[in-house]
Amino acid sequence: MIDRRSLLLRGAALGCSAAASPLISPVALASAPWDARLVVVILRGAMDGLDAIRPVGDPHYAELRPGLLAAVPGVPISDFWALHPALSRLVPLWEKGELAFAHAVSTPYRDKRSHFDGQDLLEAGTGFVPGAPRARDGWLNRMLQVVPGMEAETAFAVGRDDMLLLTGDAQVANWAPEQRLTLTPQAERLLNRLYASDPLFGSSVREAIALTESLAASEGTDLDAEEMEEMSGMTSMSAGNHADLARFTADRLRRDTRVAAFSLTGWDTHNKQIGGIDKALTQLSDVIEVLQVGLGEIWGKTAVLAMTEFGRTARENGSGGTDHGTGGAMLMAGGAVRGGTAFGAWPGLSEGDLYDRRDLMPTGDVRAFAASAMEGLFGLDRTVLESAVFPGLDMAGTDRVIL
Amino acid sequence: MTFQPEIAAIRFGTGLGPTHRPPTSPEALLRPLAGPDDMAALHPIPRSGHIEAEVHAIRTLVRQKRDEPDREEELDRAMRARRDALRDLHAGMAAATFARAMDTADPFRERLVQFWQDHFTVLGMGGLGDYAVAPYIESAIRPHLQGRFADMLRAVIQHPVMLLYLDQNRSVGPNSVKARRGNQMNGMNENLARELLELHTLGVGAGYDQGDVRQLAELLAGLGGNLENGFRFFVDYGEPGPETVVGRSYGRRDPKLEDIHAVLEDLSVHPETARHMARKLAVHFVSDVPDPALVDHMAARWADTGGELMTVYEALLEHPSAQEGPLQKAKLPFGLMTSAFRALGLDGARLTALDAPRVRRLLFRPLAAMGQPWQRPLGPDGWPEAAERWITPQGLAARITWAMDLTRKLEIELPDPRDFLTHALGTIASEETIFAAHAAETVEDGVALVICSPDFQRR
Repeated sequence: MIDRRSLLLRGAALGCSAAASPLISPVALASAPWDARLVVVILRGAMDGLDAIRPVGDPHYAELRPGLLAAVPGVPISDFWALHPALSRLVPLWEKGELAFAHAVSTPYRDKRSHFDGQDLLEAGTGFVPGAPRARDGWLNRMLQVVPGMEAETAFAVGRDDMLLLTGDAQVANWAPEQRLTLTPQAERLLNRLYASDPLFGSSVREAIALTESLAASEGTDLDAEEMEEMSGMTSMSAGNHADLARFTADRLRRDTRVAAFSLTGWDTHNKQIGGIDKALTQLSDVIEVLQVGLGEIWGKTAVLAMTEFGRTARENGSGGTDHGTGGAMLMAGGAVRGGTAFGAWPGLSEGDLYDRRDLMPTGDVRAFAASAMEGLFGLDRTVLESAVFPGLDMAGTDRVIL
Repeated sequence: MTFQPEIAAIRFGTGLGPTHRPPTSPEALLRPLAGPDDMAALHPIPRSGHIEAEVHAIRTLVRQKRDEPDREEELDRAMRARRDALRDLHAGMAAATFARAMDTADPFRERLVQFWQDHFTVLGMGGLGDYAVAPYIESAIRPHLQGRFADMLRAVIQHPVMLLYLDQNRSVGPNSVKARRGNQMNGMNENLARELLELHTLGVGAGYDQGDVRQLAELLAGLGGNLENGFRFFVDYGEPGPETVVGRSYGRRDPKLEDIHAVLEDLSVHPETARHMARKLAVHFVSDVPDPALVDHMAARWADTGGELMTVYEALLEHPSAQEGPLQKAKLPFGLMTSAFRALGLDGARLTALDAPRVRRLLFRPLAAMGQPWQRPLGPDGWPEAAERWITPQGLAARITWAMDLTRKLEIELPDPRDFLTHALGTIASEETIFAAHAAETVEDGVALVICSPDFQRR
């Protein structure tokens, strides 16, 4: 059996060898007014924060989770907290002070517990008042809008799925790691002419051509079309897709990119959660590990935020899983993070402490922690964060999450 | 505005082609829809009963293997053969779905199947589940296109693939006979109840709350089944009533399937459902930002006829703002591929003759690269509609790459790009597209450029 750690690291090293080579120009610092890196990972499907980061010191926890807790013992990281075993590879990061989390957090979204609304609102970061119009842009894009001097590749949405988070008026690059576009000069000329009067097609094709060129430069070698096709067919299906996303992201972040986002799926564990969450958390561990190794020294000025639309019910349900809930957890990793810290105020798990007598009570706004990360990484002003980026957010009392 | 045949063939059909006449009126789209389903006969896809029998056969072999260990080798062989056959069937059902869109003279039907299967999205939940999705569409969606919305809703909500996908089959009422027997593994699951209100009927902005979701989940408890035995109503799982859903009371002490039918009937004609569905149809067929008058017109028809779908389609097709150009939507990858094949005059039989590995390589792979992996949308809300979600750098790069590579992959004789231009776009080609078709260096590039043109990419 191949050791998965060495496999991941080898992949990461391959992906980054060209970037590390002296033939390639070093990372240009001019493209953004700061040098810190921010990666936002959206965990689609509602991560069970109570299973991922376990409040084992809470006297009610064990009785709420008889099946899940007994079958899969966690790894203690403090007197109160234990990590799910699928996150055990991250324990050294916790000990080094490069891993933290905020617990009992959520967006202000309440009660309907819909994935799609929950994700849209998490990514929009606004529009929580019932009946409010839906935001058409995401908070990470609005953050870019308030910072002058951005260039095309400052921010990257990575992968094939939709990222409302980075959608908006600020220009954002968008690419799946395995995609290429190679055209003859004449075909390229004609396509440009064809798309001249349709801005949607025009801007997309220009970006596709530019990205293909920059990827080819970064790799030094061009795979032939068949090989590319084999790879793309595999990655869209295979379990390694998440590692490719992280590798590509690390490679971009070593260059001009300062902000990147992608998403991971597989968190909607209504049934047989033991297997489902293990796979999802293993992928999250892989992603953090690939980013850490792939970024090398840059990891020291990086923060990775893993956020989900809401938590899950405090109690296990009848099918070995958990249903849509409210309060959840957010993970933070990277050398820039004030690691080894459990952020947030713990509400307790007695029936009276629960939200609606069923969910973990949110005691903090998950957006405030993201805002605190941007404040610390990029020096953004609180008033800007509370108005332009997250309209209506109150950051008062939010802990500093960046060193 | 008068009815424009070419616009209608692209907006409401599967595109133009050398062997297909565009519809000359709304009636020309509706009339065949009311007639026999020729494409189901020409390119058959089995109904769910067939998959249930196959699953039963495989599970029987598994049971036999347990009971008769000395026959292990023989039984393994039989099992492998059945699984291989299912994999081939899966590819064949996908190819048939493509072929129907390519060959049909009743193209509005295929587009409606696409619309409704997306509205009632299911995902195969691993194992043999993937093979059950196309038969679900064939059984629960396709036969109900012309009837009342309530009938399709009922067929979908009583289909095991939907019940499995949204975890309904394990949901047990908290005071049900089953729960009172004290089994630890019993619990309620609200997933289907929530999606039924949010996605399938009222829509997320509508006036319902968590209490309605909860009460509906209690009412739905008992719906169950599996891939092997099909649908069943388990009275013992049902919650003693009554339950109040969106202001109406349903059920008595003893759980009954009829109470579920009653709530589906009421939801299907609720004014919020009429609006939600009218808007969704308008967004899907006409514009990401539809004319409010079109939505009002369809919603009123829905309300007047109690969700008689043919009359709602009629309201859509007859409305002036559904007949106007220009084309505003971006084709989804499936629609792009099938309309390109149709414009090329390719026979559907060419695809249904492909073996499973070729179906994966020639159909599934480009679909995934363009962002629409076969029958794998991200969640029960199906594929996004907005053009910006599809015409992204990587999505467009994949579309262009596919178009440029068509001949090598499919080994087809390409027409002269100038002829192809006429077949594909008729009189709606823009000057830029005409120029590109004439100025291309090779036949391949010329055909590809027409396919890549915004004229062809939009619908």
